[in-house]
Amino acid sequence: MKFAILVNEGPYTHEASDTAYHFTEAALRAGHEIVRVFFYHDGVNNGTRLSVPPQDDRNISERWSALGQQHDLELILCVAAAQRRGLLDEDEAKRAGKDTNNIAPGFQISGLGQLIDAGIQADRLLVFGD
Amino acid sequence: MATKKFLYVNRKAPHGSIYALESLEVVLIGAAFEQDVTLAFVDDGVYQLLKDQDTGAIGTKNFSPTYRALGDYDINQIYVEQESLESRGLSKDDLMPLTWEDEDDDWAEKDSIHVVSSAELAEIIEQQDVILNF
Repeated sequence: MKFAILVNEGPYTHEASDTAYHFTEAALRAGHEIVRVFFYHDGVNNGTRLSVPPQDDRNISERWSALGQQHDLELILCVAAAQRRGLLDEDEAKRAGKDTNNIAPGFQISGLGQLIDAGIQADRLLVFGD
Repeated sequence: MATKKFLYVNRKAPHGSIYALESLEVVLIGAAFEQDVTLAFVDDGVYQLLKDQDTGAIGTKNFSPTYRALGDYDINQIYVEQESLESRGLSKDDLMPLTWEDEDDDWAEKDSIHVVSSAELAEIIEQQDVILNF
């Protein structure tokens, strides 16, 4: 089956991103296709490369990055939501005159159209939120 | 492009969290994809459609006038759950009028908002392909 994944909550405060990750990983392992993982609302915070959790805890951003690279997944951060919350790639940082970018490897910034498109392409769109 | 039935379920108050505003942003962007779009307002989500909203005292953006543009985007299937209104002491008269112009009926102005029971809303949800909860 073709799944699209929407993650609406940031890392650590809510379990939504963990559950989305476990679902995505299990679906891939079972041979399903993941059309796209789209991060919206505070979910864009999953895409920071600057998070430094304690060593005995999971690293949610790195875990998404690794899964993305392993399976060539599209990990998309909504541009409007990301800009509001200070998640910037190199181009956005330059455009906004900021001194750094903070997007983790494998994540890309794109528009909400990618969410609608994922809903159209997928057999099921799963929403992970509060 | 395939046409699917998209339902946006709005469950949260317009202020206090960003979900209502960012849901509306998805709806407006999604309109360009020419899908069959339905909006539902349940629980505190019914407050999103209250008329005469004024956010001056909390210093946030009053985005409620944007809902009136939905008709121009051919989004005219807007369902408000009756039980959610009643349990908050509200009725349809407390909501802002949302209308659309029916080009098949000499551009007659028609009401976009339909108050439906929880059971009727369940049937509407049953008919959808893609459901986005905010």
